[in-house]
Amino acid sequence: MQQRKILALAALCLLVVGLHLAAVLTGSLFYLTQLTMAAYYGLVIIGLGTLMGYAGQISLGHAGFFAIGGYLAASLTTRNLAIFQDSWPVRWLEGLGMLKSAQNLAGEPLLTMVPWAACGCAVAAAALIALLIGIPVLKLQGHYLAMATLGFGTIIYRILLASPYFGEADGISEVPGFTLLPALGQLGPVMVSGDPGLRVANYYLAWGVLILGMGLLLNLIGSRVGRALRSLHSSPEAAEAAGVDTSRFKLQVFVLSAVYAALAGVLLTHFNGGIGPSEASVMKSVRYVALVAVGGMAHLWGTLLMGVTLTFLSLRGVFGTFDDAVFGTILILVMLFAPEGILSLRLKQVWNAIFSGARS
Amino acid sequence: MNREIRGAEDNSAGRGTVDEALLELVSVHKRFGGLHAVNDVSFKVAPGTIKAVIGPNGAGKTTLFNLIAGNLPVSTGSIHFQGQEIQGKKPHQIARLGMARTFQNIKLFQGMTALECIMVGRHVRSRAGFFAGMFSLPSTWKEERAIRESSLELLELMEIAECADVEATSLAFGQQRAVEMARALAAEPRLLLLDEPAAGLNIYETAEVARLICRIRDMGITVLLVEHDMSLVMDISDEIVVLCFGRKLAEDIPLHIQKNIEVIKIYLGEDDALAA
Repeated sequence: MQQRKILALAALCLLVVGLHLAAVLTGSLFYLTQLTMAAYYGLVIIGLGTLMGYAGQISLGHAGFFAIGGYLAASLTTRNLAIFQDSWPVRWLEGLGMLKSAQNLAGEPLLTMVPWAACGCAVAAAALIALLIGIPVLKLQGHYLAMATLGFGTIIYRILLASPYFGEADGISEVPGFTLLPALGQLGPVMVSGDPGLRVANYYLAWGVLILGMGLLLNLIGSRVGRALRSLHSSPEAAEAAGVDTSRFKLQVFVLSAVYAALAGVLLTHFNGGIGPSEASVMKSVRYVALVAVGGMAHLWGTLLMGVTLTFLSLRGVFGTFDDAVFGTILILVMLFAPEGILSLRLKQVWNAIFSGARS
Repeated sequence: MNREIRGAEDNSAGRGTVDEALLELVSVHKRFGGLHAVNDVSFKVAPGTIKAVIGPNGAGKTTLFNLIAGNLPVSTGSIHFQGQEIQGKKPHQIARLGMARTFQNIKLFQGMTALECIMVGRHVRSRAGFFAGMFSLPSTWKEERAIRESSLELLELMEIAECADVEATSLAFGQQRAVEMARALAAEPRLLLLDEPAAGLNIYETAEVARLICRIRDMGITVLLVEHDMSLVMDISDEIVVLCFGRKLAEDIPLHIQKNIEVIKIYLGEDDALAA
C-alpha cells in the first residue's frame, strides 16, 4: 500500500517531466503556462475531493475559499498602507518585518505587506472563516448542506463584487511575484510569478506543490483519521458508536479543504498577477464539484488526473464559448454511466448500458 | 485474548460506595410526544455478567438501548456508567468511557474492507490526529501496526480471518454480524451492548453466537443484550429484564422468569397462561 502510493507519486513526477520534454520538443513551451494554472486548480480539486469523496460532505462554496485566499493575498500585497504608517497595527507589522516599503511610479512612498506574510494571513483567514461557517453548516446533510454552502459562496462573490477595496468588478491587478526563497549564490530566487523567463521554474513549482499536497492527502486517507472520515461517510451512527467525534472530524476536514483552496488561490493569484470576481462565482464552485465527480468521488487519483486534464483543456479554450455547457454535459454523462468516476469505467459495461437501453 | 481491560482500576477507585453496578438506570423515562416509550425503568448491570432485555415488539427495548448509548436523550431519570452520569453525553463520548454497541440492522462501512471496519473500532484506543496522519509521523507507524495486529486477532477470534480484505458490506449476513461484533470488541469495552445479535440467524449460527457471547463474558466484558430468541436468552443470561409497553415487568434470573405468570401472559396470551 505504502509502496504503491510512492510508486504512483513517482509516476506522476515522471509524467510532469515528460510533459515538459514534450512541450520543448514540439516547440510549444507556452502550454506550460496553462499546465501551471491547472496544477493550482488541481490543488483545490483534490482538497474538495477529500471532503466530498471520503468524508461525504458536499461544498458548493469552494470557489469562495479560493477567492478569499487569492483576494487577500492580492489586496495585502498591493494596497498602500503608507497613510496608516503611524497607526499601531502598521507599526507593529513593520516591527515584525512583514511590510515592504518602496516607491510607486509617481515617486510616492508605497508600503505593502510582503507576500509571505500576506499568504499566511490569507490562508489563516480562509481557515478561520471555514471554521466559523463550518460549525453551524456542517450540522446539515445532503441537499441542505449543498444549499447552505452555495449561499456562502454567493455571499463571498457579492462582497467581492461590491467592495471598492477588492476592486469591484475589475478585481485586483499588478500583484507582485511571490518570492518563496531569496536568490542563493548562482541560483536565482524561487518565485511564483507569471514572468515568461520563470515559466519552466513555475511549472515545476506548481506541480511540486500539487504532488506534495497529494502525498499529504494520500497519507491522511490511509491513516486513523482517514478511516474515521470514511466511516462517518457511510454510517455516522456507527462511527459515533465506535468513538469517532463525527462533528469534529467533519469540521476539521472542511477546514483542511478550505486551506487547500485558499493556498491555491494565493499561488495562482501571484502567478497570474491578479484576480477577478469570476474566480468566486458559483459556476466555479459547481465546476469544482463536477470535476471531483468526474474523477470518482472516492478516488483521489482519478480526481487529480481528470481535474487537471479537463481544467487544462478548458484553459486552452478547447471548449470555446461552450465551456460551462461542456462541464454540465460531462457531469450528466458521468452521473449516468460512471458514478464511480471515469477511471472506474469498463468500456464494455458502457457499451452494454447504451445498447441494452436501445434495444429494450 | 490476553488483553488488559483498562478502566478496571478507575471503576473501583472512582466510587466511594460498595455499590458495584457497572451500569445503573435510575427511573429512566423517554417520551415521544404523547407516547411513553420508556416508562420509569430502573435496573443495574453487575460487572462480569450477561444481562438480557426481552419483551414483545414495541416494548421499548431498542429505545432503551439508544438511551444508554447516547443516541437519544432521556426525558427524565439518570444513567450511570462506572459511577459516572452519562445521560446528555454524546455517543462518541460514551464510547470513549468504555461502552461499545452493535446495531439491530447491521451498520457496516461501505467501501471499507472487513479489516478496515474493525480498525475503525480501535479509534478510541489510538490517538493519531490530522497532522500526524498527513505527515505520516514515525509515532503513527507503531500505532498503525498495533491497530492492524489487534484487528487481525479479532478477525481470527470471530473465525472470519479469510474475509479480512473483502469489502465488508458484500459479506454473508452472518459474517457481517461477526464483523460488527469484532468492531465493537476492538474498542476493548467494559460494557458491550448487543442489539438482537441472533436476528436472522439459523439455530446453528445462534448456538455459535451464544458460545461467542459467553467467551466475551469470560474475557471480562460485561454484556447487555436485547434479544427475541428465547432459547439464546434463557441459556446464557445471568439475569433478565422484561419490558412491556415501556415498563419494567420483571427482573430476575432466567429460571424464575420462565415461571413468572405475568411474563407468560404477555408472551402466550391471557388464556394460555391460565391454562398453563
